[in-house]
This record gives sequence, structure tokens and C-alpha cells, in this order.
Amino acid sequence: MIHEDVNASKRQFLTTALSVVGAVGTGYLAVPFLSQMQPSAKAMAAGAPVEVDISKMEEGQLLRVAWRGKPVWILNRTPEALKTLSEVEGELADPSSNESIQPASSKNAVRSIKPEIFIAVGLCTHLGCSPTFRPEIAPHDLGADWKGGFFCPCHGSKFDLAGRVYRGVPAPTNLDVPPYRYVTDTHIIIGEDAEEKTA
Amino acid sequence: MKPTRVEACCHWVEKRFPISKLWNDHMAQYYAPKNFNFWYFFGSLALLVLVNQFITGILLTMNYKPDAKLAFDSVEYIMRDVDWGWLVRYMHSTGASAFFIVVYLHMFRGLMYGSFKQPRELIWTFGMLIFLCLMAEAFMGYLLPWGQMSYWGAQVIISLFSAIPVIGDDLSLWIRGDYVISDATLNRFFAFHVIAVPLVLLMLVFLHIVALHEVGSNNPDGIEIKESKDPWGHPVDGIPFHPYYTVKDIVGVGVFMFFFATVIFYMPEMGGYFLEHANFIPADPLKTPEHIAPVWYFTPFYAILRAVPDKFAGVIAMGGAIVVLFLLPWLDRSPVKSIRYRGGMFKKALALFVISFLVLGYLGTQPATPGAVTAARIFTAIYFGFFLLMPIYTRWEKTKPVPKSLTHTPSLEECIPCIKATFEEMIVKQEVETADGRTSTQLRPNPAGIMAVLVRFAKNLKASLE
Amino acid sequence: MKKFMALILLLLPLSVFASASVGLQEADIDLSDKASLQRGAKTFVTYCLGCHSAKHMRYKRIAIDFGMEDADVLKEIAPVGAAIYDQMHSAMNGHDANKWFGTQPPDLSLIARSRGADWLYSYLKGFYVDKSKPLGVNNTVFEDVGMPNMLWQLQGLQTPVYKNTAEGETKVIEKLVLEEEGTMSPEEFDKTVNDLVNFLVYVGEPVQLEREQMGKYVLFFLLMFLVLAYLLKKEYWKDIH
Repeated sequence: MIHEDVNASKRQFLTTALSVVGAVGTGYLAVPFLSQMQPSAKAMAAGAPVEVDISKMEEGQLLRVAWRGKPVWILNRTPEALKTLSEVEGELADPSSNESIQPASSKNAVRSIKPEIFIAVGLCTHLGCSPTFRPEIAPHDLGADWKGGFFCPCHGSKFDLAGRVYRGVPAPTNLDVPPYRYVTDTHIIIGEDAEEKTA
Repeated sequence: MKPTRVEACCHWVEKRFPISKLWNDHMAQYYAPKNFNFWYFFGSLALLVLVNQFITGILLTMNYKPDAKLAFDSVEYIMRDVDWGWLVRYMHSTGASAFFIVVYLHMFRGLMYGSFKQPRELIWTFGMLIFLCLMAEAFMGYLLPWGQMSYWGAQVIISLFSAIPVIGDDLSLWIRGDYVISDATLNRFFAFHVIAVPLVLLMLVFLHIVALHEVGSNNPDGIEIKESKDPWGHPVDGIPFHPYYTVKDIVGVGVFMFFFATVIFYMPEMGGYFLEHANFIPADPLKTPEHIAPVWYFTPFYAILRAVPDKFAGVIAMGGAIVVLFLLPWLDRSPVKSIRYRGGMFKKALALFVISFLVLGYLGTQPATPGAVTAARIFTAIYFGFFLLMPIYTRWEKTKPVPKSLTHTPSLEECIPCIKATFEEMIVKQEVETADGRTSTQLRPNPAGIMAVLVRFAKNLKASLE
Repeated sequence: MKKFMALILLLLPLSVFASASVGLQEADIDLSDKASLQRGAKTFVTYCLGCHSAKHMRYKRIAIDFGMEDADVLKEIAPVGAAIYDQMHSAMNGHDANKWFGTQPPDLSLIARSRGADWLYSYLKGFYVDKSKPLGVNNTVFEDVGMPNMLWQLQGLQTPVYKNTAEGETKVIEKLVLEEEGTMSPEEFDKTVNDLVNFLVYVGEPVQLEREQMGKYVLFFLLMFLVLAYLLKKEYWKDIH
């Protein structure tokens, strides 16, 4: 029944060719199947830039807004708070924010465009809990050295008032700063980069 | 020689799990008759569609909301806002119709070649249970988009249960979980559609294949290939499923996918047959659409239901139309399996059955005018006649002698010269001079040739039916 | 026998198509005509969006599909105050709608898929004066319609001419004639309605143009797969006699 003179190389070639075409086809089919799990247009709509009015903010006040469903903090820092930033630098893991995520406009000592207004994504860079705002100096549970900052209740990570992480805590990097820009002095758009718009 | 790491790994698995045994038993050394024709593609295609429905169904579940307030919008959300959601949805909706096309053709193949006959009664029974599950799956899945047709279709079908004496009303109430089709109904149908019925379906498919591989495949000649074996114990007329039928089935898969993709990309609604127009209107419990008809694959049974003037009797007739299919292996008394060796009676009966099935299917899509109802009654009678008279006509008709081993039937490519000859007989070539002086050949129909071909066709048909 | 069945199968859908399109005027749908779609979108927002929403359609999608800048869509198409990711919501709320019309005007996202383009085209052109109705109008394809003719200023007013029928029989409209001219010529009006219907067809399934363009490549690819599969099958089946 089986031929003696089977053209083995032709069979091998056709099998390989068909396998390759089949694999490419499966690959092409996998792209839509996998990308349908990407954020949809609805999620994108929810992720659209958020406009915030900060004219009513008092000194030392923390405002929480949602951007892409994440908490974004807007902190109006007092002059005293800004002073603490240079004092704690020695205890920080990444004081000049080289390893951390922020737009270029905020890669400076105070991690913001305007020194007093600090904006950050309020999620710990360790495992994504939202740290608590602890502006008080030396509370008894955080010790005498505490100069005000953010404390993550989940795994004890500590950040200063510029969202910079202390050494010796689980969080690897400073809190993320989202892209944002000033429309006017009192209106901020979170989600749009300052450079992108001016460019 | 020391075994390589890969070999060692394979050996480790082999000692714990019979991979190569399974492969050999069901693929490489599973012998199938060598004369399968194109009708035998539909089994593997049904499996392909099943996989398609599972994958696209899982993906749809990620964005669909089984809630009467949200369901309709969530489907449109999938169609517009979800990346590639439209493709996944069309693959699923077209897949549903494709499933029934493939399964109906698969069942017709079984009817033609007697694949339900001894010793394959259980394969047929499992297959019929799969068909039943498929109908439940399709029916409940059709409610999920929560359009007008979804809603009123479900309303009508569930009301059928209320025709059952004594328990009917309570039963239909229990199925709905409410006094009308509502959120509760949608939610439970969702549960059945995405998990309960698919699990049963999967198990039945497994049983169907286990039963098949136990007795082996039938074939267009209806001869048991296991009865004549070569010195090595392999059927003389059998060939290993792998590689011969794997490569052949891939061709079938290619052809199927070509048609499937054509529908998905160019006519996903199929003129209102695969996706009904009224289903693009959200369900409105206060307003029935002017003309409601089930999706095309249910229409033959729906026409039978409407053909009977009494509510309960109609439900019985509709159920009977399916139950009678289960009984097929015991209704057929013919000593031969394949239509090739049966007498003219069976051929005529089968032809009438197919016509009545198609006509009933058409009537089911149309409004129930008096004329249509009369026609539906006639064809319902034929439908049941095919089955109920089967013990009589199959026993008395004269069959042809069945050969000892498989016959050779020309494959499609071998028919090409023959088709070409027939085509040439039906046309005349004419040399025509065009305006700019060149000659071109024009093809014109040849009445005499067409007549001759038709007469020959009719004679062949007559001979085969006698 | 098989040929006969195939013939029946082929004829089945035809007979249905034939009965569905009786008495409708044909719309000229071309989704690749971006200019027509843009005009249709503007007409839709001006004349329809006041009462009807198209809540499944986002302005952002229009910007992408029409090849327009977000800002241009917001300026030229979307009503004042809409944001780019917004869906085409109507300004009218459900309470007012129930008070004014006794019902909520349907969402038009899918109207082209449930009714069909030709029906919409005939409907929008089919309004005529009928003093016996509460709104003073009736429609040739939608009897006792509960919607006023929003486009009457453009179209003018039409009155029906009835067929000659015997006494007592129901009157059958033969055609509509323009009694009072609108701001548009009949040709201009037909074009405007056609653009609007074109836009509604697009809204019904925004992906359809892309889908059809993609289909070519998929089918070509599958054909290639099929040829290879056939060659492989032929090669292996040389063994079988």
C-alpha cells in the first residue's frame, strides 16, 4: 500500500510550509484575542486627563482626585514642610529621583513644577497600597525622627513630603509623579505632560 | 548510549502517562476506511466550531453583563469600545449558525450512509444528545443579547412548557423564575449557557468519540473494514488516521475557514438570518415585534409546532420530531447500511425528508398564513412519515448486493475532466469578428447539448431510484 | 437531487429579500465617502440629537474614523459642551420626553441595523401633511408616526396624491407632491438626507468599513493556507490506491 519511492523532502517541505503558515495565522488570530483584554475605549474615557481647580486649597491641605481610577494626591506644602525636604535627604534611598518615575519637569529637589504644590500618584511603589498622609512631626507610633510624610500601612514603607522613599523599607522607588501641567495658576490638568503641550 | 535529556524527560512522562499509547490508539494507528468523501469533513469541523465557540465565548464573558439593564448595552460596548470585540462577537454569533450547518450536514451524512445502524447505535444516541444540548445552548445563548427577538423568542419557547398538563404553568414559572422573562431568567440562562451546558456538551463529545473509536468509522459503502484484515491485523481497506486523514481534514478546515471568514467579514448578519434585524432593538416587555421567528436553525421544528392546531399537541409534535431521530437505529430494518446499496424506496423517502425539512425550515421563517400552515401540515406529515414508515419500507425494498471490500469513488479532482466535458457539451464556441478587426471566441449555450445532459441526468436519477 | 436542493437553498434568501424592499426608495450608501459622513454627522447633531441620542457612539471614534483632529470634531460636529470621549447623548431628558411625546424617542445607535438604510431614507423623505393627526403630519412608510418632520424647513411641505380607487376602499397614496417649497431644492434635500442616512449606517456599526477592508487580507491568507494544505494532502495521498 505504501509507496517505496516516497518523496520525503517534498513532504517535509510542505509540512514545514503549512506549519509556518498555520502558526502565522494562529499568531494573527491571537493578537485580536489578546488585545481584546486591553483597556477598552470606555476605560480610556475614564483615563482621560482630569482638570483640577486648586484655588480653594489651603496650606498643608491634601486633595485626592481620581485619574485612571488611581488616587492622585495634590498637596499644598507649607514653607516649613519644604524645609524638611533637605533635612531628611541623608536617610533617603533615591533622593535625586534617578530610579523613580516622574515627568522631566518634576525631576528636581522638590519633585514638582511649583515647589509648594506637590502632585503624586497615591499608590505605594511596593505592592500598590495607598499610603496614609502623616504631616505631623514625631508622632509616637512613627518615632521621634519623623518629619512628616506618607506612611504605607500595608508593609510599613515611609516616604517624605516629596514622595521620596526612605532607606530600609520594602518600597523600591519614590512615589510616581503623573504627567500634569498648569492651564492657569489655579487650574491643573493631570494626565497631560507640560512639555508635550508646549512642544 | 546515554539517552539525551529530552529523551530522558519523555521517558519520565511516558512511565507515568500513556501519551504515545493514546496517540497511536487514536491517531497514528487508528485505522479509518480509505474511501471517506467530503461528507466526512463535518465531524472534525464540528469539533473546530466547538473550540471556536469556547474560546470566543470565554472572551465575550469578560465584557458581557448578565443584567437586564446592562446586557444590551454591554453587547454594543463589546462591538464598539472593546478592542477587536466585534471580531470576537461575530466569530461567536456566526459560529453558532455554522455549528448547526455543520451538525445538520454531519447528521445527514449519517442518514445517507447508515452510520446510525448496528453497531453504532450508541454513537448516534450520544450524537443526538449533543444535538439536544446544542439546541439548549443556542436557545439560551440567544437570550443573552437581550434584544427584541431574544426576549420574545424566549417568551414563546418557555411558554411551550406551560402546555404540559397539570405541571405546565408551574414548570414554566420555575424555568423563568418570574412571571415574565426578566432579569432572573437572563441571569440563570447565562449560568446555563456559559458553564452548565458546555460541560455536559464537552462530556458528550468525549463519549461520542470514545464510542466511535471503539467500533470504528462507517464509510460511504457501509462495509465493516474490520472484517477483512491483513496478516499484521490491520484492516485491508483501512489507512492510519494520521497522517492521511489529518492532512485531509486540514483541507476541509481551510475550506470551512474561508467561508466562515467570508461571512464574518462581509455578511455577519447573513441578511437577517444569523443576526436578526429586530434584535438590534433592546428588549421591550410591552411590545412584541410584528413578525417573530426563531433563528433559522430552529425553524423546521417551529413550523411543525405551528402546523398543529392544538397547543399541547403542537408541543408534543415538536418534541416528537426530535425524539423520533433518537429512535432511528431501531426504525431502520434494512440489511444494508449505505444508500448506495439500498433500493429506490429509501432514496425517494430520504429525498422527500430532506425537502420537507428544508421547506419546513423556510415556512418557519414566514408568517403563519393559512396557506403556509396547510403546507406546513403536509410537510410535517412527510417528516414523520419518513421515520414512522421506515420499518415497513426498509424491510420490503430490494437492496443491491454489497461488495466484500470498498469500492473506488472518483474524488473531486478526478471529476474535473468529466465536468469539463459536460460543460463543453452544453456550449458552442463561435468565432466572432469584433469591430476593430480581431477575432474573438464567444461562448453560447447549446440548447441541444443542455437537453442531452438533462435527459442523461434524469435517466441516471431514475435508474438510481429504482 | 442534490442540485435541486442546492437550488432551493439558494432561492430561499432571495424570496425574503424580494418581499422586504417593496415600496422603499434606495439610499446610496458609501462609507468611504468621509465628506458625506461629516455632512451627515453635522445634520444629525443639528436636527436629531435634540431628541434622539446615539449613546453607543463616542465623538473620539468619529475623530479617528473620519480622520479629523479631536478639536475639529468638538468644534464642527459635537454640540457645545461635549467632551471628546463623550457618547452622543441627547440634551433632552426622559421626563420631558414622556411629557411631550408620551414616550422616549428611541436611541438611534442601531437604527440603521434594525430598519435598514433604504427604510430610513424613505422614512425621512416620506413625511406629508395630514391635518387629522396630532402633529399634523403622517408618513408613507411609518403610519401614524409620533415624530414631527424635523427637516420640513429644508424640504418644504408635501401633500399626498391618492390613487383612483372605488368608493369605500382604503385610499392608497400614489405619490407625494411638494406643496410649499423649502430652503433646499429637492436634489439638495435628497443629498442631505442621503448623507444623514449614510452617517446613521456608519453609526450602526462603525467598524464595518475597516472590517471589509481587513477581510480581503484574511481571505487571501486563508486561500494560501488552503493551497498548501491541498498540496500536502495530495502528496500524502499518493500512497493510497
